Order: sequence, then structure tokens, then C-alpha cells
Amino acid sequence: MAQTKSFRMGEGALIIVLAALFLMCVFVVSNAHDNVMAFHMAVGAVGALLGIFAVFRRYQKRANGQGPDETGYNEGVVKAGVLISIFWGVAGFLIGDYIAWELAFPFMNLDFEMINFGRLRPLHTSAVIFAFGGNILIASSFYVVQRTNRTRLAGDLAPWFVFWGYNMVILLAGTGYLLGVTHGHEYAEPEWYVDWWLTVVWVVYLLVFLGTLIKRRESHIYVANWFYLSFIVTIAMLHLGNNIAIPVSLYGVKSYHVFSGVQDAMTQWWYGHNAVGFFLTAAFLGMMYYFVPKRAERPVYSYRLSIVHFWALIFTYIWAGPHHLHYTALPEWAQTLGMTFSVILWMPSWGGMINGLMTLSGAWDKLRTDPVMRMLVASVAFYGMSTFEGPMMSIKAVNQLSHYTDWTVGHVHSGAMGWVGMISFGAIYCLVPWLWKRERLYSVALVSWHFWLATIGIVLYITSMWVSGIMQGLMWRAYTSLGFLEYSFIETVEAMHPYYAIRALGGAFFLLGALVMVYNVWMTIRALPESEKAGLPALQAAE
Amino acid sequence: MGFKHEVFEKNSILLTVGILLAVILGGMVEIVPLFYLGSTIEKVEGVRPYTPLELAGRNIYIREGCYLCHSQMIRPLRDEVERYGPYSLAAESKYDHPFQWGSKRTGPDLARVGGKYSDAWHKEHLINPRGIVPESVMPGYPFLATTPLKESNIAANDMSAHLKVNSWVGVPYTDDMIKMAVADMNAQAGDPDSDEAEALKSRYGEKVKVRNFDGNPEVTELDALIAYLQVLGTMVDFSLYKDKAPVEWQR
Repeated sequence: MAQTKSFRMGEGALIIVLAALFLMCVFVVSNAHDNVMAFHMAVGAVGALLGIFAVFRRYQKRANGQGPDETGYNEGVVKAGVLISIFWGVAGFLIGDYIAWELAFPFMNLDFEMINFGRLRPLHTSAVIFAFGGNILIASSFYVVQRTNRTRLAGDLAPWFVFWGYNMVILLAGTGYLLGVTHGHEYAEPEWYVDWWLTVVWVVYLLVFLGTLIKRRESHIYVANWFYLSFIVTIAMLHLGNNIAIPVSLYGVKSYHVFSGVQDAMTQWWYGHNAVGFFLTAAFLGMMYYFVPKRAERPVYSYRLSIVHFWALIFTYIWAGPHHLHYTALPEWAQTLGMTFSVILWMPSWGGMINGLMTLSGAWDKLRTDPVMRMLVASVAFYGMSTFEGPMMSIKAVNQLSHYTDWTVGHVHSGAMGWVGMISFGAIYCLVPWLWKRERLYSVALVSWHFWLATIGIVLYITSMWVSGIMQGLMWRAYTSLGFLEYSFIETVEAMHPYYAIRALGGAFFLLGALVMVYNVWMTIRALPESEKAGLPALQAAE
Repeated sequence: MGFKHEVFEKNSILLTVGILLAVILGGMVEIVPLFYLGSTIEKVEGVRPYTPLELAGRNIYIREGCYLCHSQMIRPLRDEVERYGPYSLAAESKYDHPFQWGSKRTGPDLARVGGKYSDAWHKEHLINPRGIVPESVMPGYPFLATTPLKESNIAANDMSAHLKVNSWVGVPYTDDMIKMAVADMNAQAGDPDSDEAEALKSRYGEKVKVRNFDGNPEVTELDALIAYLQVLGTMVDFSLYKDKAPVEWQR
């Protein structure tokens, strides 16, 4: 795009939209039915004002000839996404570990509403899934879609709108949880007004992504993009389907879902399981399909396999939701259907794992020499493990024991910390030197430290949860020889204590690893690129 | 076969449509029939809409994230039925917008906790769980006892509007119930012999529990939450069904 000194149409339109948004927010603040709505709309108004200010600044800079280069790839928004996802990641891991300690030592709740487990838990899950995961997915998809299609990101301001708009969702959702605003659906906790805003942002995200695909300069769309696209499209569908609600007042935070009881339960787990399937799996497979071959400097193992497992995966995942509702009031045919598809899902999942791992054929030596590669490979291994564990737990006989216990929590974390966490760390370690044009990371040894800290943390976490989950499940159903239930509920809670402490310790290791990454990334960005170093005048000795 | 995957790889719009078609089917098949099938929409005697006080209590239950550690769904398994009571029916949560079946039992299931413990037990337990159950890992909720319900601006401001929205989504609240919501809410936590209490019972049934749940003259969030906990699982009289209920969980 050529440098122009006049206002662009997009800039003008965005200013009008933001100004309208500002007025609307101010109007709602002045009529608000509750203080949280007033607070959130004030945040929205400030955000809109800052947006208008930023657009003006951008125009001014360009008019003075100081605008950024707009001819190559758009990397500014990717850089911002990488940094903010690291920030949210550390915050999310910290909150997660804190609530893990709360379960081991409940005095840490302090009996203070904002610190209580029930309010911090959605803050943790949203921070790691949607803030850390979501931002790194948006950032990496913006990077990958440009590189693999050899074209600049579509839209002038639209990518930045997605970035700031999405993080506004996070801010409103997160502060809302602390103040007691929740929709009461796991992983879909933001209230109606945040849902609406997310819908707007997500549509723009889809348009940016699709627009970039449309103006591509490669004849074929690369496989990583199929996965990212399926993630964007399906999350839109799930978000709309699971959040149909009517607000009590347009000036208040509270709303009621249109569905109730069993219909609401099925819709929620159709959403909930596919938040795992498309947010935490398909999208991160897109990441895998770019960063693993790139880092290994090898082509993807099998193109045919990627086609087969892509379509099989997205088709099958959607059916798996009912395995969250085994033996409930959901009709049995639906449970059996969900179980069947969950077991089938094992195959397309392992298709992805095999394709990822086998891409290293002929490059396995990199595992010894490159800890970033080790991280990426470990993540795919964890993916394989948890996508075997998942189908197994979806079998009704197994689920009878595992459901409602810590086994589920452990399973989720082997996927979330092992697969999602590790592949994101690997991608971040790749992206930072690429984006900031550094020859290498500040320290490869520190990547190795991060790898081992995270791995030890994950192993402590999942093994303690296996033991506590299976033990509690067995204790609940244990009978004495006289035919009475052997344990009271509280005895089973008491038995969990050592495992809760071990789990919290594992989380602390994982957090420590992430802090090592923060330091490494910070030092990498701070170091001057080699090209600039060479151009500097030799330092004079102080007189 | 003339079809080549190239078609999708070379046309981003076709790829998008293909993805949408692939992901739309599963949800349709699993969700839509639930609005028609007998077992999911059956009417069961005794199930009634929540009173305004119970609904406010339910909103507090959701606000505090209770569902993250307590399920409300008893499975038809021998140990669960013996530990918690008759297994849960779909109809028992048909007025739950949203459902609160839960997914984790860090604490016990609450589907039938109503009537199991006294109000005083709940009050002490919610304020200081470890004062009653030393091994408990539950957070304390002392602030519920000191927050008047009329200041509870997420859970219970303008209760008539809450009932009205619920009636729009299918809960059979009458115009009378909607109009008198605030009065009914305060009446349920007050004197059981008052005229207002009689009026409340005439609208919601004789079984409605009217009393000062937290022992404090002011109507607080604690009153509402205890009223909700005390009604959980008590609407259906299972003694009527003992002979008819399937007993597959019995060995």
C-alpha cells in the first residue's frame, strides 16, 4: 500500500464507529442498573477514546513521513500478540497455581470474595485458554497466513482492531469474574454484552484471515491455514449457539439463557468439548503444521494424511460432547453416540500426531541440539498421550469412575500444559528472533531449563491427579463387607490433601519455566541485531 | 472418482463452506431432538418455578462459582443413589436457566441437599466451613451474611424483571408472580404466619418453606442462598415412585 498523507477511508470509518461506541458506553454508564455495568462501560468508553487517539496519532506520524513501512508483511500486530500472550500466560499460570494451593490449604481463600476459588477458577481457565492461547493463536495465524500465502495481511487497521478488541474482551471478562459476573457455563463465562462484543471482533478476525487467503499469491492454500480457518469458523458457530441469552436489562450485567436443563446441558458440552476440539486442538495443529516443519527444515511427512485427518478430525470432534454427560438425564442414545465418536476420534487425532512426529524423519538429531525442537516434539507427544487418554475416558465404564474426579482435571492439564503450552512456547521461541530480526535467542541453555522445568511440572501435575482422581473414584464406590458405603464424602476429601500439594508444586515448576522464558525473550529483544551492531562506532574508552 | 481435494485448496470460500458443512451436523443430530423427545420434556408432578428468593439464591450460587466444585446430577449408580438419594430426572432442572449439573465433585453433589441439614448448619457452614467440618477445603462466605439482598445488584435488583425474562424463556411465571416478586422475596425470609407469606404460598404452593433462614431480621444474600439450597431436590416426592423406578443400579 502506498504511503498517503490524507486520511484513509478505513481510518475515518473506524473513528466514526469508535465515536459511536464511546457515546453508547457513556449513555449506558449514566443509566447503569448495577455498578459493574457502569464500570465496564466506562472501561469501554476509555478504550474507544484511546482508539480514536491512536488512529489520529497514526495519521499524524504518516503525514510527517514517520509512518511504518507498509509494503512488506504486517509484523507489528504479530509482535504485539506474542508479547501480550506471554503476559497473559504468566498471569494465567500464576492464578492457576494460586488456586491449586487454595485447594491444598483452604485458608488461602482468605474468605474474601474476589480471592475465593469459585471466582478465581474461571479467571484462571479464561486467562490460559482465551487470553494466552487466544492471543498466540491470533498472532501466529496472522504470521502463518502471510508467509504461506506470500501476501500482506488483509486490512489496514482491521488486524489491530482484532488485537485490541480481543484483549478488551479479556479485560472485561476477567474483571467481571472477580466482581461476580458470570454466565454460569464453564469456559463460556462472559456475560451477554461481552459475548456481543466478541462476536463483532471475531467476525472481523474471520474477514482478515479470509481476505488474506483470497489475495494470496500461492495457488494452493497450505494445510496450516485449513486448521486455523476451521478454528475461526467453528468457534463462531459454537459461541453463537451456546450464548443465546436474554439480558434482564440492557443497562445491567445479568442475563438468562434461553435453553434450560437437559437442552442447555447438551448445548453447553457441544460448545465445551469443541472449545477443546477447535480452540485447543485444531488451531494448535495449524501452529504445528507451520512451526514443526519449519524448525525441522523438513517437509510435512504426508500430505495425504493431513487431508484425511483434517476432515476426519473436524467432522468427528463435533459429535463428542455428550461424553461429558454420561449417566446423566441426557438420553442414553445421545451418550452412546458421543462415546462412539469420541473413540473414533482417537484415529484422526493420532493422524495429526504421526504427521507431526514423522516430519522429523532424518532430522531427529535436532532433538539433541535444539531445545526448541525438543519442546515442539514433546508437545506433539503430549498431544498423542492425551488424545489416547480422552477416548479411553469417554468409554462409559471408565467414565463411571473418572467423572467428577481429579482424573478429568489431570487429563485436561496434560493436554493444556503439555500440548497447548509446549507448542506455544516452541512457537514463541521461533517467532521472537524471526520477528525482531535477531540472529538467535539470547540463551539456548535457558530454553533447555524451561523445557525441563515445564516437563517436571507437568509430570508432577498429571501423576498426582491420576492417583487422586482414581483413588477418590474408588473410595466413593467402596462398600464394606456388610454392604454399607465405606467412606463418608469428607474422608475422600481428606485423602486428596497430599496430591493437591504435589499438584500445586508441579504448577509452580511450570510457572517458573514460563518466567525463565520471559527473561530469555526480554533479553533477546533487548540485544541489538548483528547488522546494527556492526554499524555502531567503536566505543571510546572513558577518559 | 473425478473429485480432487485441490478444489478446496484453491478456493478459500469453498474451503470455508466445506468446513461449515462438516462441523454443523453433529450438533444438529444431538441437540435438536432433545426439544421433542418424551424423556427430556416430560412433566413431573411437583416441579415448580423457583420462588423469587430461591431464584436470587440461585443467582448467588452461580455468581460465586459453586458449580465449579459441586454437581447437581445424581447418576443412576448404586453408590450415588445410596449416598445422595434418587437419581436426577431431566424435569428437575427444566426451569434452570442455565443448568447447574456441574462437572466436578471437589465437594459433594447438591442435587438433593434440600432438607438434609438445618438452616443453622448451612449458616455456620457457609460463614466458616472448617468450624463445622474441619477437613473441608471450601472457601468461607462470611460476606453473604452481611450483604442485604436489596443491595445485591447482580443477583436480585428489580426481581420482577428477573421473573419476566424467565417467563419469556419458558418458565411459567404468572403476571401475578411477576408483579409481586419483590414482596414475595421478602416475605419468604420473614414471618411464616404473615399475610404476605400466605399470598406467596397461594402462588407457589403450600410446600414453599417460609422462615427466617439466617436468623437475622434483615433479608440478606445468605437468606436467599440457604432458601435455594433447602429447596434443591425436594420438589418431587419420590416416595410415590419407589415401586416404579428402574432399579438397574441394584446388583
